[in-house]
Amino acid sequence: MTASEQTLDQILTLAATHFKVPRERLAPDDDFFKTLGIDSLQALDLLTKLENHFKVELPDYELQGVSDFRTLADRIQSRL
Amino acid sequence: MNRFEGKSLSWELKDGVIELALHREPCNEIGSLTLEELERFVAALERMADGAHALILHSKMKAGFSAGADLRELYHRAQAMERSAAAAGVRDYLERIHRVMNSIDASPLTTIAAVHGVTFGGGFELALVCDLIIADKMARFCFPELRLGLIPGFGGIPRLKRDLGNAVVRDLLLTGRSLNATKAQAVGLVSQVVAEDQALRVARSTAGQLGKFDRRTSVAAKQFIKPIPYEDLRREIDLFCELFLQPAVEEGLRRFVESTDAQPYLP
Repeated sequence: MTASEQTLDQILTLAATHFKVPRERLAPDDDFFKTLGIDSLQALDLLTKLENHFKVELPDYELQGVSDFRTLADRIQSRL
Repeated sequence: MNRFEGKSLSWELKDGVIELALHREPCNEIGSLTLEELERFVAALERMADGAHALILHSKMKAGFSAGADLRELYHRAQAMERSAAAAGVRDYLERIHRVMNSIDASPLTTIAAVHGVTFGGGFELALVCDLIIADKMARFCFPELRLGLIPGFGGIPRLKRDLGNAVVRDLLLTGRSLNATKAQAVGLVSQVVAEDQALRVARSTAGQLGKFDRRTSVAAKQFIKPIPYEDLRREIDLFCELFLQPAVEEGLRRFVESTDAQPYLP
């Protein structure tokens, strides 16, 4: 598994745990707003979880227009 | 009045500590109702101060401490008025909220904001009047006002400038990005970062410690180290009112109020 794939896998696991959905229901190209059923405030919660987990800082504007796990993983990977 | 149960907030004085809890759905948006109850609180605060040594501000709402000013109310009220009347109404609102903020800022009590989740705009400004900020690790701080064509209007920039380096203030103000609690602690904004749902408990523990000190000394120390930037606060009101008349503001507020975007809080 590459570093990017590991990051993506960890994001999927964190999102599943935080929003209490089965991990197997989440796929890399899913729209996380729809799959997780979350709004913008909950998306910020997810961002905070990810920043705390990966120990990175990800400005919100880097997430503008990002709605799938794979792109989110790319953004985080670029900060690691 | 040592105890109050309002529609948007409640307070209680117990064992020398006043706890002010915000509880307005969905995330303690600060509109006219909250302002009225905050005014009741600061009037009561003067009377309660003799029997207290600490004040804790916290939120009972799951989403966070406060999402800031009630932009929907602001937009709808402004739409129902002539421009000049709307501008006068905004100035009156700001004068009132500044009196509240200044009263808490200057309180002889040691004040603690126990925050979690969204601490944005006016909510961030409310936390900034406190002497200490204790943040749950899921807290986020942000000044999103520039995306509306405005600046923070509840005293945020002068108080942030009082407490932090100017470069950090510019970053927060000019990019509108949010900071997590760890970063906020690293830049000196937050005194303690604690586990999820532990901010109020730690604030209570801290308030217990504060009660061990001589009150007169604590008050003198606070007055010595925490000047209130009255001149900048006054300039902030003037600048906000000037900007409020720009067409970009009406457009920004309308976009926010009518937004079906999944990310209206993301700048």
